[in-house]
Amino acid sequence: MNARLVMAAGLAAALAVPYLVRSDFWLGFLITVLLFAVMGMAWNILGGYAGQFSFGHAAFFGTGAYAAAVLHIGFGLNPWLGLAVAALAGGLVALVIGYLSFRYGLRGSYFALITLAFAEVLRILANWAEFTGGGVGLYVPLKVGIANLQFSGKTGYYYVALGFAVLSLAVGWALEHSRLGAQLMAIRENEDAAQALGVDTFACKLKAIALSGALTGIGGGFYTHYYLYIDPGIAYGPGVSVEILLVPIIGGLGTVFGPLLGSAVLHGAGELARRLMGDAPGLNLIFYGVLLIVMVRFMPEGLMGLVWRLRRRWRRVADA
Amino acid sequence: MTRKDSSLSRRHVLAGAAAGAAVGSLGLPAILGAQPAAIKVGILHPVTGPLSYSGTQARAGAQMAIEEINAAGGIKSMGGARLEALLADAQSRPDVGAAEVEKLNEAGAAAIVGPFASGIALATTQAAARHGIPHIVDVGVVDQVVTRGLANTFRFGPGLKTIVDTAIGNLIKINEGAGKPARTVMIVHEESAFGSGMATTLNAELPKHGFEIVETIKHANPTRDFSNIVLRVQARKPDLLIPSNYYDEYVLFARALQQQRVAPKAIYSILGGGASSYKFLKEFPQAASYVMDCNHWFDPRKAQALALKEKTEKRNLFFTYEVFLNYSCVYLLADALERAGNARRDAITAALAASTLDRHVMPYGPTRFVNGQNTGAQPVTTQILDRDIKVIFPLAFASGNVVYPIPERLG
Amino acid sequence: MLDPIILLPAAINGLTMGAVYALVALGLTLIYGVLHIINFAHGSLLMVGLYGAFFLHRAGLDPYLALVVMVPALFFTGYALQWSVIGKASHGSDQNILLVTLGASIVIENLALYFFSADTRTIDTPYSFEMIDLGVALVPLPRVIAFAAALVLAAVLWFLIARTDLGRAIRAVAKERQGARLVGIDVDHIFAMSFGIGTACLGAAACLLLPMFYVSPHVGHVFVLVAFTVVVLGGMGSFSGALIGGLLIGVTESLGGLLLGESLGQMGIFLIFIATLMFRPSGLFGSRLS
Repeated sequence: MNARLVMAAGLAAALAVPYLVRSDFWLGFLITVLLFAVMGMAWNILGGYAGQFSFGHAAFFGTGAYAAAVLHIGFGLNPWLGLAVAALAGGLVALVIGYLSFRYGLRGSYFALITLAFAEVLRILANWAEFTGGGVGLYVPLKVGIANLQFSGKTGYYYVALGFAVLSLAVGWALEHSRLGAQLMAIRENEDAAQALGVDTFACKLKAIALSGALTGIGGGFYTHYYLYIDPGIAYGPGVSVEILLVPIIGGLGTVFGPLLGSAVLHGAGELARRLMGDAPGLNLIFYGVLLIVMVRFMPEGLMGLVWRLRRRWRRVADA
Repeated sequence: MTRKDSSLSRRHVLAGAAAGAAVGSLGLPAILGAQPAAIKVGILHPVTGPLSYSGTQARAGAQMAIEEINAAGGIKSMGGARLEALLADAQSRPDVGAAEVEKLNEAGAAAIVGPFASGIALATTQAAARHGIPHIVDVGVVDQVVTRGLANTFRFGPGLKTIVDTAIGNLIKINEGAGKPARTVMIVHEESAFGSGMATTLNAELPKHGFEIVETIKHANPTRDFSNIVLRVQARKPDLLIPSNYYDEYVLFARALQQQRVAPKAIYSILGGGASSYKFLKEFPQAASYVMDCNHWFDPRKAQALALKEKTEKRNLFFTYEVFLNYSCVYLLADALERAGNARRDAITAALAASTLDRHVMPYGPTRFVNGQNTGAQPVTTQILDRDIKVIFPLAFASGNVVYPIPERLG
Repeated sequence: MLDPIILLPAAINGLTMGAVYALVALGLTLIYGVLHIINFAHGSLLMVGLYGAFFLHRAGLDPYLALVVMVPALFFTGYALQWSVIGKASHGSDQNILLVTLGASIVIENLALYFFSADTRTIDTPYSFEMIDLGVALVPLPRVIAFAAALVLAAVLWFLIARTDLGRAIRAVAKERQGARLVGIDVDHIFAMSFGIGTACLGAAACLLLPMFYVSPHVGHVFVLVAFTVVVLGGMGSFSGALIGGLLIGVTESLGGLLLGESLGQMGIFLIFIATLMFRPSGLFGSRLS
């Protein structure tokens, strides 16, 4: 089938990238795109499919990042295992936050705001606690080696990030074609109606947030081992929450490829802005902000919406 | 997607061509006749985001040095090659800083100066090390910057340990010199890396020298209101107040102290945000008087320093430490280039490691790098006297006499 | 660490600071109550107000007198922003409004950075250091003025919404958008008016805040989260809620800081936020424009 061929070609191209792209800068760029595609998909599960908008995904990212960092630095846990633990930690925190939020029936903006508050609480705690290094943060010691998830060049990190990106696409695709996915979409469209139809909305939403938290946690763990430094602001600050939610919204909510597309375009736009606007402080960000507004104005359904609109138009032309 | 691919390969080709041209022209200035190829220097700072003020000041200092060096004829040993600044913005984030290093690498930067903040410095020095780019760290005080064994990293300014040790040493001298009027201490510090690190060391060391720390208050960044902290200072009545904060918080704190009429025997700031700031002095002369600070400072005896101060103020900028530290870092690089005679990264790194530069504006003596740290680097203790910021310690560089304890204020 | 003697002055400090939070939150609660949007741009608009007051002061106009200029100026800014940017771009969808206000806040903040540089600016007025002696505490005059102003502003807003035709139209739109349209109310205009009035409140807040604070391109971030907490605590759309909520949050912050330390004490604000959302999401005074 056409779609399968395209995806296979895409995967092959993605695998070949480190051999085609010799620029460390662009490899690093792609790693960032892939990392946020993963976390964007995580957000998408809760926000796009289940319709619950979270403003505090930093809570899961930061927990994953700290879990990986603390266990590796303090207890010598192997970083690869650390990624699994990061996922677990992210999922657990998500369950707690989800339980509290959904048990009390929070939806819409209320849910968004409470997730924001939880992330802030975690940030303040991380700043205060000793084992997280407090305000000083945590440094992962330099020790290059595959077993240590540290590579001398970017290629190793690229493949790890690519692996997780493919995983996230698989998760999205599986979700879309699963019963849980259908239930989540029903909840998104009309939660009360779904409840009336017999969907256990509470359990479904919990599953969605746990999955979302786990996947975001992996992103946090990866961040720790890639950048080798975290502190409460980086881990739990509102900046990363916003960056994560921008990705699927721009890319297309409730779609499999939306987050990947959104991440590529958002980061590409940021880079474009930087190159176009030169050195004066702030100009590039002004351009970026304007671009964001313009994108929303002309692509209200995100990039995937645009893709589908174009496909329909092309199909109509082809049929004519 | 196709368009992006072609732009990727175009960029790759361009970068390769540029690198090739740069390398090619390096060895043959005489034959080329006209201007030798410019030496590209990465100037990387957080010019946007919460640290933007420090970043823009730092960039200005570096740019002034580059202008001066070029005006004086460039790098003489390389046929008068000029320095070309490649300006980069770390956006107050370590990940962006690291990405900018990659960009600078591909743009052919011979060396990098920056990036001011400790967290960002950890990421940029590592990224630079992977490509063997010599990286001069301007401020970045956290100790880990130079303890990871990266051969390309050179920190020109002092590290946190040196700063705190010097601060304590000077404090003891000041206190003993006045007959030990101060015994109780209260520390008010900001919650992030440098404030917390500072507080921990002070709590460990000060008691050993006869000081009693009655309370240590950690406050958030940002803090909107210092009235309650001031209430606690008022309740505890410490002899000595040691603040360590960023500028905005320091302003609010100092104003609150003045409002509540709280006047300890002395205010001895360490890496204070406003305690040795001309800006703070200009805007709050009353709150600023007699405040001491142990911080980065220029050598007031050097004519070059005073000339730079004048130049900076002519540009309507305050003469802050980011300016003179980065200015000196660029001169450090220029000196290394002169001795290396070429702009190869390994040659520059070797030249920096052997550097003994005295022609900078800091009170450090000739540079001497051991494991990437300039061992001569030291902070200086200043005090605001007669509406000016004077150096009171070390005595060799002093431009004023310490007034301690603070005389009873009026009103 | 908790010295009983400073409890009362600390609580008073909390009240006066809380009044400032209320000032910032009053506009936000109106915008939320009517448009049901989380206004990401609120902080940056406060920053705009602060810069306006700062430059007017430089030109010789006292910040309290500058109210006359800043309030209408920010009203028009808010109206224009909602009419031509937010309303047009978002197509009414909640998530898009979020993105647009976010984009707007990035643009506004960096415009300030570009034009005014990153410098932190403060002003000095003859009354900045004048203190009112309450016996148990010394309170700076600007704070007392801000406290009084918060009460006045809340009353003015209440009057506007409860007793004027415009207020009735706003309430109608807030309650039932489609219904309001059906009876002939220009909903888009009402949205813009609400956003404008909400932003005008920020203009007032800015003039009252400047004598005791500072302005920089990033100053908006300092107040945004607290403002959201106050709005949620007080009830979205309730002015008395914003007022009482602000005072409560201020006192909690103060006492929390004494009990847990200034850094950890910040948690008190967010724990209240979370508890309110869980146990009484409509806030102290419920979600109505009152």
